[in-house]
Amino acid sequence: MTSEIPISTDAGSQVVTELIHRLKVRDAMTKNVVTCSPDDTIRTAQKTMREASCSGVPIVKDRRLVGIFSVDDVINSLDRARMDERLEHHMTRNVIVLEDDMPLSFAISYHERYRFGRFPVLNSNSELVGIITSRDTVIALLVAINREVERLEQKVVEDHGPNSGFLLEYGTRSFAFENAGRISTDAKRALKERGVAPKDARRVAIATYELEMNQVVHSAGGRVSVEYHAEQDVVDIVARDNGPGIPDIDAALTEGFSTANQWVRSLGFGAGMGLPNVARVADGFSIESDSNGTCVKASINTHRGPES
Amino acid sequence: MKLGEVIAALELKAIGSVDPELTVDGVYTSDLLSDVMAHAHEADLLVTIQSHVNTIAVATVVDVHSIVFCNSRPVNEELIAAAQRESVQLFVTDMDQFTVSGKLYALLQREAT
Repeated sequence: MTSEIPISTDAGSQVVTELIHRLKVRDAMTKNVVTCSPDDTIRTAQKTMREASCSGVPIVKDRRLVGIFSVDDVINSLDRARMDERLEHHMTRNVIVLEDDMPLSFAISYHERYRFGRFPVLNSNSELVGIITSRDTVIALLVAINREVERLEQKVVEDHGPNSGFLLEYGTRSFAFENAGRISTDAKRALKERGVAPKDARRVAIATYELEMNQVVHSAGGRVSVEYHAEQDVVDIVARDNGPGIPDIDAALTEGFSTANQWVRSLGFGAGMGLPNVARVADGFSIESDSNGTCVKASINTHRGPES
Repeated sequence: MKLGEVIAALELKAIGSVDPELTVDGVYTSDLLSDVMAHAHEADLLVTIQSHVNTIAVATVVDVHSIVFCNSRPVNEELIAAAQRESVQLFVTDMDQFTVSGKLYALLQREAT
């Protein structure tokens, strides 16, 4: 098998673009925010910032953000000998804020546009829930990119030789149609090389392909593994994704039910036949789903020989 | 029936290399690839307008060795490369799916009797 570059080299920047839209401000922000009250003195704010090693502190009254005070403001106050005056009279009142469920791309463009060191983050009730700096944004992106690369890199192949089993496990990526079919094609070939009946190899390929396609079309990406246990003459297929989960599993198992978009349908998929197809060709089938992801398991009993 | 006879009877235009000795005993017509996955297991030849790489993947899964693209659907380089890699043979025709299927059905029926 030839070695592959672990990330899609022709779509690298697309991965990053996708990430900054998928990640939310709340995924990157610092949640335990130290705050001051408008009644505190500037000296208190300076002490608070020093202890928390931060360069700005939001001013909060009744859980509402009323202003912000930065190290620059402290320096100005020192200069003018105002350290014992109250924050209320000197804080910045027009604060640029972000909302916690905005995509991270907003934080990036705000940093670019306003050049402030930090932006307080409010929830939908206008309560202060966090603060985000460009450092937080960079760290969140790096962590996410690392995780993504790791997932793409993790192509596990355990080949136990021509007369025994194997394990294939590949990552799938949201909307990466060009890669759909990799696992099923490789699994089918490996089964045929081991003398598994073409009819059984085909059933494995169909189930695997549908599960790969499901992850590409509906999930945020995931992993699909195909394991052949030669002694027991059985193939176990496991497809596990990273969400968003199937709200109604019974509906998803009904032929003709589909949540696929028009574009997917125009390619000849998304007709609500995927999971029913898997269940039909498999000898064992189970599905579990919640908002963290879906896990589909299918097992297929195999026979040796030209036809079974 | 030999693939060579099918090509001659329908005047199909081949894209890339062709093995005329391959047999065609079954045909499946569909533009819904999930449906092809579910029902094309007896077919050697697929009649469709879905000319993109996923069609090759589906053909490989169900062991279809030849694909006829109807209505002169454009076929790009990526698709041709994928077909060569998986030894799937491609044909293009200006006829629609109904006409191609009708002709193929008649040919296979004639041979069976």
